[in-house]
Amino acid sequence: MLEMILITAVKVFMVLSAVLTACAYSTYLERKVVAHMQHRVGPLYAGPYGLLQPLADAVKLAFKEDLVPDNVERVTYALAPVASFVPAILIFAVVPFSNGFTWFGYDIPGVISDLNIGVLYIFAMTSLGVYGIVLAGWSSPSKYSMMGAIRSSAQMISYEISYGLSIIGILIIGNTLSLTEIVAQQAAESWVFFGNWYIVKQPLGFLLYITCAIAETNRAPFDLPEAESELVGGYHTEYSSMRFSMFFIAEYAYMLGVAAVGATLFLGGWNGPFLPPVIWFLIKVFLFMFLYIWLRATFPRFRYDQLMQFGWKVLFPLAIANTMGTAVWVVLSGQ
Amino acid sequence: MKEIFKALGNVVIKMPQGFYVTFKHLFKKPVTLDYPRKKKPMAPRYRGKHYLERYDDGTERCVCCGLCAAACPADAIYMEPEETEKGERKARVYEINLLRCIFCGFCEEACPEEAIFLGQEYEFSADDRNKFIWTKEDMLVPHPRKDNPFKKILRRVRKVYGTPEATR
Repeated sequence: MLEMILITAVKVFMVLSAVLTACAYSTYLERKVVAHMQHRVGPLYAGPYGLLQPLADAVKLAFKEDLVPDNVERVTYALAPVASFVPAILIFAVVPFSNGFTWFGYDIPGVISDLNIGVLYIFAMTSLGVYGIVLAGWSSPSKYSMMGAIRSSAQMISYEISYGLSIIGILIIGNTLSLTEIVAQQAAESWVFFGNWYIVKQPLGFLLYITCAIAETNRAPFDLPEAESELVGGYHTEYSSMRFSMFFIAEYAYMLGVAAVGATLFLGGWNGPFLPPVIWFLIKVFLFMFLYIWLRATFPRFRYDQLMQFGWKVLFPLAIANTMGTAVWVVLSGQ
Repeated sequence: MKEIFKALGNVVIKMPQGFYVTFKHLFKKPVTLDYPRKKKPMAPRYRGKHYLERYDDGTERCVCCGLCAAACPADAIYMEPEETEKGERKARVYEINLLRCIFCGFCEEACPEEAIFLGQEYEFSADDRNKFIWTKEDMLVPHPRKDNPFKKILRRVRKVYGTPEATR
């Protein structure tokens, strides 16, 4: 019992530090990639190739004054960054990052907690993130924050259903909610190592998942809640110092979490030939993150009514059609 | 229904086109200049900080005739003459006020002795207004000059008047 707690604690520590480091370097990746796509150079001065830039940013944010404006609802104001940050980190508790291995006679699974309702848990956690944004907008005495919060909640209502429905196809085919089992189902059976990945069986579901995930994490082109050009900073206009950095880390942690879940559900998780499982997992997460950044550098922001229209009139019917089609196919093929 | 097919068409046809454009530009050379470390070469006719030219033997070309000060539309040039031991005119004081100077280059055009030129240097920020008044010492090129003169100087040798060598 004690050793299981110890093993889990060590794994939690490793995953947490890996996630936070990845968050920091996602900002570096984003700045570099977007810069080069716009013929700029990005961070260059802190360390070789600007590699220490995330560290410099962290130090700068930590030493800034924590400015609390007048007329804020203090409890909610202090709670909002935490409410945004914690669920983002909690996503990684059920994501299998490697296969199990035996070490000093202990069987160590490659996941912190192999929850049998893992998918449900993840979707609960990703949906909780919007509370941080809404509370931040509600507690701030600024109309921009309020607008950002309202937009976020409206966007969330438009996308949440399609987001949930986009993966129902996998659940119907796989007949399980456990992420470990879903990964095991996608193991290679022949030399075509991606033949069993769910992206092959559910291409439409994959597209829907990506679209809704980007909207869910408030990233460009669906970054209406923070829309710099219209709403100053959106929901985090009134935040500074560490509170702001918590929102910032939370955004990137959400991106990473959604990328990790997408890699697990659609791209076969840690499955892959030749390379170690962890490396395959990281490659897939990186591909997702690159897609995020690539999309941000390519497309402008949706207009508010366009977003609602797109969510309800396009994504929602497509998600239902995908679910129905998968169900009919599973029944007819007699699996 | 129409909207759904339009959106799907965009995803299949239009979006890859956009992605291709940004991906193509990812590998192009950035246009950013790493400025304080590397500097852009200035245009040949760029009008930057003034410098006062010398003859090949090291004497100053400026004879303090005052034509540059007369030509200066911003009234930025101040000078006081003196006599050398050979009896020639030279400038005792020669000052240009950068805060007045508009870098038009009229002084360069007016100069009959090919003494003043506008150079290539453009970094002259200072933390004190007095530092913006350049004296002769700031502008004279060093005597055995390290680099070749940028502007073409036609008359390289000094005409000496009133000495036996000149009349011979």
